[in-house]
Amino acid sequence: MSRKLLVLLAVVVLGVLIVAACTSAPTAAPPAETAGAAPATGAEPQEAAAKSTLDVVKERGKLICGVNNALPGFGFIQPDGSFAGFDIDFCRALSAAIFGDPDKVEYRPLTAKERFTALSAGEIDVLIRNTTWTLTRDTELAGNFVATTFYDGQGIQVPVDSGIETLQDLEGASICVQTGTTTELNLADQMAAAGVNYTPIVFETADDTTNAYLSGRCDAWTTDKSGLVSRQSIFDDPSAHKILDVTLSKEPLGPMVRHGDDQWFDIVQWVVFATFTGEEMGVTSQNVDDVKATTQDPNVKKLLGLEGEMGQKLGLSDDWAYNIIKYVGNYEEIYNRHLGPDTVFNLPRGLNKSWVDGGLLYAPPIR
Amino acid sequence: MAQRTTEQHAVPFWRDERYLQLLGQLAVVLAVAALFYYLINNLIHGLAAQGIQLGFRFLRLTAGFDIGESLIEYSRSDTVLRALYVGFLNTLLVAFLGIIFATILGIVVGVARLSKNWLINKIAAVYVEFLRNIPLLVFLFFVYTVIFLKLPRTDNALSISFLKIYFSNRGIFIPWGIPGETFGSWLVILLVGLILAIVVGLILYRQGQRTGRMPLIGFWAPLTFVVVGLIGWIALPSAPLIKDVPVLQGRNFVGGRGFSPEFGAMLFSLAVYTSAFIAEIVRAGILAVSKGQREAATALGLSPFLTLRLVIFPQALRVIVPPLTSQYLNLTKNSSLAVAVGYPDVFAVANTILNQTGRAVEMIGITMIVYLTFSLLTSLFMNWYNARIRLVER
Repeated sequence: MSRKLLVLLAVVVLGVLIVAACTSAPTAAPPAETAGAAPATGAEPQEAAAKSTLDVVKERGKLICGVNNALPGFGFIQPDGSFAGFDIDFCRALSAAIFGDPDKVEYRPLTAKERFTALSAGEIDVLIRNTTWTLTRDTELAGNFVATTFYDGQGIQVPVDSGIETLQDLEGASICVQTGTTTELNLADQMAAAGVNYTPIVFETADDTTNAYLSGRCDAWTTDKSGLVSRQSIFDDPSAHKILDVTLSKEPLGPMVRHGDDQWFDIVQWVVFATFTGEEMGVTSQNVDDVKATTQDPNVKKLLGLEGEMGQKLGLSDDWAYNIIKYVGNYEEIYNRHLGPDTVFNLPRGLNKSWVDGGLLYAPPIR
Repeated sequence: MAQRTTEQHAVPFWRDERYLQLLGQLAVVLAVAALFYYLINNLIHGLAAQGIQLGFRFLRLTAGFDIGESLIEYSRSDTVLRALYVGFLNTLLVAFLGIIFATILGIVVGVARLSKNWLINKIAAVYVEFLRNIPLLVFLFFVYTVIFLKLPRTDNALSISFLKIYFSNRGIFIPWGIPGETFGSWLVILLVGLILAIVVGLILYRQGQRTGRMPLIGFWAPLTFVVVGLIGWIALPSAPLIKDVPVLQGRNFVGGRGFSPEFGAMLFSLAVYTSAFIAEIVRAGILAVSKGQREAATALGLSPFLTLRLVIFPQALRVIVPPLTSQYLNLTKNSSLAVAVGYPDVFAVANTILNQTGRAVEMIGITMIVYLTFSLLTSLFMNWYNARIRLVER
């Protein structure tokens, strides 16, 4: 009797499953046809597919930002558990532009290798995690880089007492490197070009990489120069390590969004440009209210939403850029807050100066 | 009677157990198929929505990254497929050696746990309980960071000077032979030696069967092989293997054969960790042989060692082999933890490829197939062995 019941049960389960399969297959299909729409976010793929990322973010009431949690100065967890850093401030700027509040952000810490999957799977809205802009990533990973927020270059760090000065000195050396990074590839390319034999020791996280380096497993370790400076600041004895003069590569770092939602791409891009423009026009979080009240400059007026309804063209409110500068600051303030002379890093701005000061930061006009 | 038969035939099919059983099985198969159809369909549509296309063309492209250790020639300009093959061989190496060491250690500890000597018994018990109750990943990290990375630096490496073996945090370096000019001819001589050894073994075995006194085949056959090999070495105009001793050059040892700390940590943890489980399996197997067998063997005057070898073990093997197979499979699969300590096994390399090409679905699929193949092959071999020892049972 019980066996019969079991069989009956199986038949019922089968029926339900078949019905489920038949009904869900066609509903899963539309995203393929409307590939232009924003891809799925979270648990309801069909519903979200029709919505733009901006709508999804607004409805959720917060932005989900993929970040680093182990790179002081760029993305790091503070002792109190909050996130802070250069990249984090761009998440906050985006939140300020959308919600008028810089703190409506959920930070999703990601490793170098998780980040692209997290973005393409819709787990995060935007990836702002010291990610290098390359052709392959821009195309094959189904993402788009919006702008360069930090012009970096790959460097090599060695102990001061090692006597290593150039790439050639690294003949036969072991070099620690993190997997899933452009540095892993640059290292192979540059060493092959220089004809230097070396052994790469590849680790999953930045912590593992530096631990192995510090324990003497490797003669050197490599990542972007900003990353080297940043990690060096938390070594037991930072003065025992130095960065070689050689720069292995161009590393333009910037935010990345998914393919297929042009409006969202524009928003993230112009949020970055607003911080550039703020510095260019001398608008800071300190003086933004005064400037807004007194300015006669049409360009500043457009930036601060007094003229031209620029925000609405992006799908935001007109005071979007005002909010960014008010709550987060312009590019210079963001840079100095996390990497500038008053911080342990004291990174020279180098290429990361506004074009008016001879740097590479150049935003198209807001008009 | 006849009426009853017709009545039985009259039972409608939905109450006929034979039909219901068939239907039930059919239902389950259909349900599973439907589930898979749904999942795959979902995957395809999901990927299409994200503008990602599946394909394996990227395997033919240049890899672009270097790999720390490799059994074959490899450089950044080789293909992705070759990089994957390097990782595959690395996994094979660590799993194969791991299985051998784990088995030896496991048998020793398992037998030790049954020892009547209090100290040996307790040491074995502590070994097993300690290792069995630590997660492998934690143990691996411990072995890597606390043992292998804490070895002295290369400039004052621990050494066994007369053997020229060096232990440092860059790895373990031992002397090694590089094939010389006559290496090829020597290999032929070795092959001849092997054949001779087998012949000698067979002759001795026949003789043993005839006379009832088994000669020491395990001694004479290998001796034949060694003697032939030695004669060949001396007879050849130059030495077939040239001794290559590790020498400290700058910061690293050059020459000899080096084993990286990552490889060392992997092999050590896999072998030691799995040996604890194998020890318990061996102990269980031995205890499963009835006490009477041991008593009978003792009564016949067999020494304790011979009792173990000739009476207990052959019977215990029947109990030991199936769970032992599981442990071998576990060891092979656990070798994927190598990614945590930077040993470039197939999973670590696949991860790197995944990162550099963005081909998540393809790479995960390939990795799964690789491990499945490893495991099925191991299984197949162990099942064959299991069937073989079963025949021995009378």
